[in-house]
Order: sequence, then structure tokens, then C-alpha cells
Amino acid sequence: MIEVHNVQKSFDGNQVLRGINCTFETGKCNLLLGGSGTGKSVLLQCIVGLMKPDIGSITFDGTVFTNNKVDIKQEIRRKIGMLFQGSALFDSMTVAENVEFPLKMLMTEMSREERLDRVEFCLKRVGLENAGNKMPSEISGGMKKRVGIARAIAPNCTYLFCDEPNSGLDPLTSIKIDELIHEITHEYGITTVVVTHDMNSVVEIGDHIIFLYKGQKLWDGNKDEILNAQVPELKEFIFSSSLVRAAKKVDDETDGGLAAATTDEAINI
Amino acid sequence: MVKSFGEFLLFIQSMLFRKERFAVLWSRTVDECIIIGVNSIFIVSIVSAFIGAVTCVQIAYNLVNPLIPKSTIGYMVREMTILELAPTITSIVLAGKVGSSIAGGLGTMRITEQVSALEVMGINSASYLVLPRIVAAMLMFPLLVILAMSLSIIGGYLAGSLTGALSAQEYIEGIRTDFVPYNIVFALIKSVVFAFLVSAISAFKGFFTSGGALEVGAASTDAVNNSIIAILVADFALAAILL
Ligand SMILES: Nc1ncnc2c1ncn2[C@@H]1O[C@H](COP(=O)(O)OP(=O)(O)OP(=O)(O)O)[C@@H](O)[C@H]1O
Ligand SMILES: [Mg+2]
Repeated sequence: MIEVHNVQKSFDGNQVLRGINCTFETGKCNLLLGGSGTGKSVLLQCIVGLMKPDIGSITFDGTVFTNNKVDIKQEIRRKIGMLFQGSALFDSMTVAENVEFPLKMLMTEMSREERLDRVEFCLKRVGLENAGNKMPSEISGGMKKRVGIARAIAPNCTYLFCDEPNSGLDPLTSIKIDELIHEITHEYGITTVVVTHDMNSVVEIGDHIIFLYKGQKLWDGNKDEILNAQVPELKEFIFSSSLVRAAKKVDDETDGGLAAATTDEAINI
Repeated sequence: MVKSFGEFLLFIQSMLFRKERFAVLWSRTVDECIIIGVNSIFIVSIVSAFIGAVTCVQIAYNLVNPLIPKSTIGYMVREMTILELAPTITSIVLAGKVGSSIAGGLGTMRITEQVSALEVMGINSASYLVLPRIVAAMLMFPLLVILAMSLSIIGGYLAGSLTGALSAQEYIEGIRTDFVPYNIVFALIKSVVFAFLVSAISAFKGFFTSGGALEVGAASTDAVNNSIIAILVADFALAAILL
């Protein structure tokens, strides 16, 4: 469980986060939902330690991360996997080397064979067992996201952070990526935090949703509660998007069929 | 100006504090040596051979006084190339080639969040990405400068004999006159200092790029401009101190 206590952050007098308190639950997909510029990415960067909050603290399973000793921070960092908005694959390395990289750097006790096994396993898990020798520039956006996920989970991460995992992807590919994140979260009991403004994802994988508005948390709950939420800003957000209807329809018609298809089919996006 | 110099020093310090494992850094350094050193051999060779040739021809053109022996041309080519042209011109050429590639490479990694990806993994990105580049440059620049010195002198020899400005004998005699080995040491010291300046300044510019592709281009240009200015200032300072 990740706890965020009264986190505030401003840039040159422009207050982006105005005291956020929330928790991200273990073994669930926690969604950070909100419009553009509401500070979702900033909050995520504060949590993973790429930015320092001005006030407030972040706690990972009881261990304080903010302003703690370097060793303790390092220890927590090693449990964090992150999928970046643009995938952020190292473009001088092949897909397999990308996945191997965190193992090589962080798990020095692993032998080369163990590492390669783990790489194979992770690539297989995301449906890319044949793409190991390709360079990142040779694969599609959806495949890059998959590699990003494989790299994030390779060192057995406890916490997985995804910044807009389906931005720039077509709806079907988006759903497949969402499903993959959801499955992996439940399979390994990871604490997953997904930043999104996509109502599709909310309906698909929102185990726990936190709605941000102008740097504040206005609402939290799960995907069944969100449609009945009585917060005007949230209602406006949900119903401004016609996607929510489409998403609902997909969900009703297929009745989980899509999810099953994703795992069974050879995934080639 | 003062502020960015302060930031530059902090950047250098962050690179040395919390270093990565030696084996990792070493293998990265070897990779960078290939990129910085081996891949620059061609351009450095061409430039230095021509500089030597042109220097020889132009000195010959200026030395018309029959009282001065022709071997002086060889002597002057040697002095000019070893002391100034080989280390400085080579470093300026490398500022263009290596500096822009370091700044462009790091800038791209920054804007595509690859640097953040390293940081999230708990890797000191400055030490992992920048330190090997600086060390590789400091190892490779002197070697390239030695190559440049030799090729300049050979270039002068060929140009002198081919144009008939002076005979091969005279040229050889010239380049063996009053040789001061310290000049080579001085040139190599210069090249190590220039290597540090070019790689560190370019890395600094690239590493702190923000924005998009346009800013990466601007960072490369800035890196080259600042490196060249730094080389020239350091060249003067070193000459004043060490000669
Ligand atoms: N490094 C920074 N320096 C200054 N201001 C920043 C910085 N990062 C973010 N901001 C500001 O913080 C605000 C929130 O940005 P943020 O990237 O968190 O939005 P977001 O919720 O992720 O939006 P989107 O959905 O478009 O990604 C924006 O107004 C932005 O200008
Ligand atoms: Mg964002």
C-alpha cells in the first residue's frame, strides 16, 4: 500500500498540487483520473521520486520514502517499476537488452543464464517472445508499451507505475494494454498506479479510482461507484466524453469476452 | 553565466557522488571510446594531413629570403603543428563531432524520458551516462592528437616535395632541428584539458535539455559553441601558465 500524505508542489508560485491525501491499495489497479494539467504526472513523479514534494510525504508499505536516507530510498526504488508515457526504451539496446538492463544493473547476484531466462519469461508474459532481437525503432507503439511493461516487471517489482499507458494507441490496442496491466497486477499482487484520462480504462480496469481536479483529490471509489458519483466536476468529466458510452457498450456486449480473447490470441499489435 | 557555472560544478559533483559499479562504468567507457575515438579517426586524419600540407606550402610561399635555409620550413611546420595546430584544431574538430553527438544523444535521452527511466531504477544517471563519456574523451583525445601530429608532419612532407617547395632532405633536416620533447608533453596536456572541457560542457548542455526535438538541436549547437570558446580560452591560459 502506498500512502500519500498532504503532498503539495508548486512551480514558480503556480501551485500544482494542493495537499493531496490518498492511498493506493495493494494488488489493485489504482487509477489517477483527471483532466489535462490537473497535476497527475507531477503527483506520479513525486511518488516515484523524480520530483520532490514541497510539503508532505509518501509512504511505501509503512516505510517513509520522502526525505529518508539514501539507502532506504534506494531499497524502495528497486521495487519500483515504471512504464513511461513514451515508453522510454533505451534506443541503443535491443528489446531483450532493454528488459535485461534492470536485472543487470540491480540484481548483481543473478547469473547470466538466470537473467536470460527471466527476460524470456517477461517477454513471453507480454506476448513478445519473438521480438527480442528487434531495436525499439523497429517496433510499433503498442509493442513498445509491452516492452516497457516487461522491463518494469523484470526485477519482480512490488509497485508498478504507468503514465498514460494508452495514449497514442488505437482503442483496441489500448484495451489490450489495459488488460495486460490488470492481469499482471492481480497475478503478482502488485500495487499498480495508472495515470489516465481515458474513461475506457476506468470502466475496464478501475479497481480503485482517484479523481484529481485542479491539484486536489475530489473523489475516490471503484468503477461501479463512479457512474453514480455526486461530484459535479467528476460528472462533468465523465459525461463530457462520449467514450464512456462506447466503453459501457463494449463492456456489456462482450461480458468479459474481450479480456479472454486478449490472453488467448497471439497478440500482435 | 555565474549561475550556469555553479550548476556545471554541481553537475560534475553529482556524477562523482554515488557512482555505479566499476565493471559497469568500464564497459560503458570502452563503448564510448569506440564512438568518440575510433569513429573520429577518419575526420581527424583528413583535417590534420591537409593542415600540415597547407602550413608547409604557405610557409614556403612566405619565406622568400635566400639567406634563410629551406629546412626552416620543415622546422616551422613541426613547431606549429605540434604546439598549436594539432591539439587545438583537432579538439575544435572534435568539439563539432563529439560535442554535438554527446549533447544530442543525452538531450534525446532526456526528452524521451530515458534519463528518468534510469533514475526510477535507482541508477545515478549522471554517473552512468556522463562519466564514461568524459573518461573516454580524456583517453581518446590525446591519441587522436598524436595521430594528428604525425599526419600533419607527413602532410607537410608530401606537400613540400610534391610542389617542389623544398626537397625531402631539407624537410627532414628541418623537422629534426632543435627538437624540444616537452612540446609534445605540453600538447598532450592541452588535449586532455580540451577533452574534459568538450565532453563535460556538451554533456551538461545535453543532460539538462528540456522540451522537444527543437531544444535538442539547440542544445547541440550550444554545446559546440561553448566548447569551442572554452577550448580557445583554455589554450591561451595553458600557454601562459605552462610555457
Ligand atoms: N517541471 C515543471 N516545471 C514547471 N511547471 C510544471 C512542470 N511540470 C508540470 N508543470 C505544470 O504542472 C501542471 C500539471 O502538469 P501535469 O503534467 O501534472 O498535468 P497532467 O495532469 O499530467 O496532464 P496531462 O493529462 O496533459 O498529462 C501544468 O500546468 C504544468 O504546466
Ligand atoms: Mg501527464
